[in-house]
Amino acid sequence: MQWNSVGEFFAMGGYGFYVWGSFGACAILMLAEPFLARRRLSEVRKSLIRERRADELELQQRIS
Amino acid sequence: MKQSIIQWFRFASPQTFYPLAGRLIPWFWAAAAAFGIAGLWISFFVAPTDAQQGEGYRIIFVHVPASWMSMFIYLVMAFWAGLGLALNTRVSGMMAQALAPTGALMAALSLWTGALWGKPMWGAWWVWDARLTSELILFFLYLGFMALQAAIDDPRRADKAGAILALVGVVNIPIIYFSVKWWNTLHQGSTINMNKAPSMAQTMLWGMLLMALCFWMYTIAVALVRVRAIILERERHMDWVKYAVE
Repeated sequence: MQWNSVGEFFAMGGYGFYVWGSFGACAILMLAEPFLARRRLSEVRKSLIRERRADELELQQRIS
Repeated sequence: MKQSIIQWFRFASPQTFYPLAGRLIPWFWAAAAAFGIAGLWISFFVAPTDAQQGEGYRIIFVHVPASWMSMFIYLVMAFWAGLGLALNTRVSGMMAQALAPTGALMAALSLWTGALWGKPMWGAWWVWDARLTSELILFFLYLGFMALQAAIDDPRRADKAGAILALVGVVNIPIIYFSVKWWNTLHQGSTINMNKAPSMAQTMLWGMLLMALCFWMYTIAVALVRVRAIILERERHMDWVKYAVE
């Protein structure tokens, strides 16, 4: 390992801004994208469940 | 033989593909995490300092995987779009649609990390160089594909229009790939060359390959999540969809 201290690790030999700017952008976008995709899936699921419940309720009312 | 072809076509139906994708997703997340941890460890703690570029070269560990994936996803997206156009299989168009945002994300990351690498090494965030310009065009192709599909209400027609755009845009991929050979560019030559031994340290190469595998597994996982959402959105009038969600 080439780092003698935590500070040295974050400084990246003077390239800290560029290196962390790159890795940071990847981390942010690659955490945000799955979150948004999962939210899209759970939203359509929820609306389908609501729709099914409404159908079932309507059916029950029609029977009774 | 015939039986196996029928088996494959079975997964071309959204009804069978939806649960299959759901079962596969956790495995791809796990693979992405494992490759990512190993890749980051090598990127920061094993790979030595570069003789010319100091620690700044470490951007390579995200820049190269993002760039590779931006091109590879485009080819896969165009493949699915073309398959949908030729065979009219329903899942194909949905797969193409699910891949586009991830491809755009990879192209954006490639451009962003490239700018952050270019500034300290070349002294410029951006130059109108063949490699950079063709990658920017790739980014716009993804955005154009998504905008075109969003603008057409009928999903089957949107698939067809998108497929034609995607297939025409494929011509840009070899241009990006060979740009450093065909033109005299500021961008450095390809990092990995099929014909000669790699010019970089073995550990750097391993770090890059592990990170590329991480990005690859990530792409499959996130595209499968998105394709499941698209399947439900598009098939919501079908009976099976009502009983597929709990």
